Amino acid sequence: MSETGQGSRDAITNILVCGIGGQGVMTATEILAEAALSLGYDVKKTEVAGMSQRGGVVTSHLRFGREVLSPQIMPGDADLLVGFEAAEALRWAHMLRPRAVVLVNVGRIVPPIVEIGLYSYPEDPIGGLRALGIEVHAFDASSLATDLGNIRLGNTVMLGAMADRLPFPADVLLDAVLARFGARKPALLELNRKAFELGRAAVAAD
Amino acid sequence: MSAVSTAPAPVRLFLSGNEAVALAVRDAGCRVAAAYPGTPSTEILEALAREPHPGLYTEWSVNEKVSLEVALGASMVGARAFCAMKHVGLNVAADALMTITVTGSEGGLVIAVADDVGMSSSQNEQDSRYWGRFAHLPLLEPADAQESYDMARAAFDLSERFSCPVIVRLTTRVCHVKGRVIPGTPERHEPRGFVKDPRRWVMVPGNAKPRVSSMYERDLALRAASEASPFNRMVEGSDRRIGFVTSGPAFMHVRESFPDAPVLKLGQSHPLPLAQARALAARVDQLLVVEETEPLLETELRAAGIACRGKDVLPPTGELSPDVLKPAVARLLGEPVTELPHAPLQLLFPRPPTMCVACPHLGIYYTLAQVRNVAISGDIGCYTLGAGQPWNALDSCISMGASMGVALGMDKGRGEIDAKRSVVAVIGDSTFMHMGMQGLLDITWNRGNVTILLLDNRTVGMTGGQENPGSGRDIHGEEAPRVDFAKLCEALGVRKERIRVLDPYQLPVLFKALREETKIPEPSVIITDRPCVLIDHYEATPPYRVIADKCTGCANCLDVGCPAIHVTRRDSVVKPSGKTVDLAFVRIETAACTGCGLCVQPCAPEAIVHAKPEHPVKFLHKQI
Repeated sequence: MSETGQGSRDAITNILVCGIGGQGVMTATEILAEAALSLGYDVKKTEVAGMSQRGGVVTSHLRFGREVLSPQIMPGDADLLVGFEAAEALRWAHMLRPRAVVLVNVGRIVPPIVEIGLYSYPEDPIGGLRALGIEVHAFDASSLATDLGNIRLGNTVMLGAMADRLPFPADVLLDAVLARFGARKPALLELNRKAFELGRAAVAAD
Repeated sequence: MSAVSTAPAPVRLFLSGNEAVALAVRDAGCRVAAAYPGTPSTEILEALAREPHPGLYTEWSVNEKVSLEVALGASMVGARAFCAMKHVGLNVAADALMTITVTGSEGGLVIAVADDVGMSSSQNEQDSRYWGRFAHLPLLEPADAQESYDMARAAFDLSERFSCPVIVRLTTRVCHVKGRVIPGTPERHEPRGFVKDPRRWVMVPGNAKPRVSSMYERDLALRAASEASPFNRMVEGSDRRIGFVTSGPAFMHVRESFPDAPVLKLGQSHPLPLAQARALAARVDQLLVVEETEPLLETELRAAGIACRGKDVLPPTGELSPDVLKPAVARLLGEPVTELPHAPLQLLFPRPPTMCVACPHLGIYYTLAQVRNVAISGDIGCYTLGAGQPWNALDSCISMGASMGVALGMDKGRGEIDAKRSVVAVIGDSTFMHMGMQGLLDITWNRGNVTILLLDNRTVGMTGGQENPGSGRDIHGEEAPRVDFAKLCEALGVRKERIRVLDPYQLPVLFKALREETKIPEPSVIITDRPCVLIDHYEATPPYRVIADKCTGCANCLDVGCPAIHVTRRDSVVKPSGKTVDLAFVRIETAACTGCGLCVQPCAPEAIVHAKPEHPVKFLHKQI
């Protein structure tokens, strides 16, 4: 750590990944972190999870650059917001810099508290995001994953969606994805590659 | 945003603070490590157990006090020893701690305590740094994962140098933040062997008195060590308007927010290195102490005659992240408060934690929500969620095991106004063994009239499914003796006839048992015995679906609170009585459903059927 140097704030990339417990938000951010680490960046990753395993809100903050001090992204300072769930992306939109980019899964997860009629789910969360003047790329990651035969691939679809929005080549992220999933089950390698490319294409086409 | 091309070679390790502490414990040649799970500290022992290390014994203890005593025993025989706990865990272990500081330790003894600053998963927020003061022990406060490693390693050496335990105080924002870690060289430590020394280890007054005196002498030596500690250092800065004194992760937030300000970074923060603080104060216009939660450093600086600001400027609760620090410091300097431009905060529905799909607790709380005139004394665990929607069936939650004593007190203290009220206590298996058993003994011995629901899901659920003495497995997943809860309750004095073991998915059976037991004026225990859905041994059964044409919109199934049930359409009808009734027509997310059958039972029109017709409906009970 430099003892005196001025923090070179502009060199830091801030990515906020949000969703709900069990969607793979933390794993996706972990893979993103591994990609950044492989390039020699200083990286910090932190979760605001609470009792997230129980279907609550999860946000994962990833910061990388030459030297990262505080692990937390401040409101108005995220370069990229990745929403694994539509309303959650809207919930965290204030974290983005003005005119920054949000990549959002249109899939909705409606909690019991809404189902029993105490609160309402926003009618059009994607429209809500667009109304904020944010660059929105919305796609159905859950369907893309289900079409490949496994809803769990949604995670990789989301990572693919980020691939062309990072300060490093998409292949670096793909390598990190394949290293993570391929190491566990080689059979999943090809499926993950496909899911990654589907996510990438979904954003490019949007 | 451009790729770094001249970056140094990648560092291999990317660890959370918890993982870094675990690695340090292993590398320090520690021989015994024990803990009771508790957010945010749980992953330390999990990491140690995941990769068994030759010569290192790990265990989940039944509570934090036992974990500290196990660690002390190992230290007595000369081994390096470690225990970890969350902040409230040290309250439980405090009885042992306050005498261990008198005996001191032999093999290096390190206590990691993790404060849940911001209360992401705790019943209170408290500042464990007080324990350093209270127990006259050195206290280290890492700011990130690398420091977690370095300080946990150094803590063993410090412990052996001063023959006393060392506290490593972590916070959620250290435990759960991942960063790059460069580990040191592992070392080996052979236990030096037990040396009988009653004057040291047998704490009767005659032996304790001289040791208490030497504890105060140790304080002086520890303060000198803090002044010289490499973990306490100055970071110079050109902006002398404010000099910051920081501890723990607040250092990172201060450096992020005020890169040009001088900062005294305190890592070995107790005893406080006053000379360094005094030197900084002399060079700046004013000192601002940035410490999370209580004003400990601030109070001690003031007592030493060093003027400073602190909690008059900064909040005493929650994290001191840059969005809190920057406006507070701007106000202190009389500058305009600015924030980064951003979209307005969106007011959306809350998304509180919920019970899992098919959680066995769903049946319990569905049933408790139907019982009238009852006071439900709750406890710490997933089942605390029963206080929330749609059940609203938990009336208190205080501390581990408190459901027992609180229930007995309600029973003994009630007046005529509550004469017909039933008193029910709800406690999980692990919480019961942690601190609930003694409470039950108190209930039986003192002839309390309490009905106890002992929810045995064979795991420590809320912290992610750790083993406990009711799992039949140890920390490594190996087979281990399994406690028999019915026999245990009987041994604690509950009459055999008043102990029932039930399936929590059988709603009518559960309801009937609860109604009967609450009417009998003596202690009774209803044990439910279905496993947590998150553990490896949970077996899913065929899922259900809703026949849309048959659903009448009665919404009874929504009262179960299962996250797999979703509303497709809402409507309302006016009954012949003139009353308007809201309707909610539902579907079941079959992909998420694991076929527990709870929602089938209150469905009056029998609209819920197996998604695949070849599977018969398991529990087709009518509405209770």
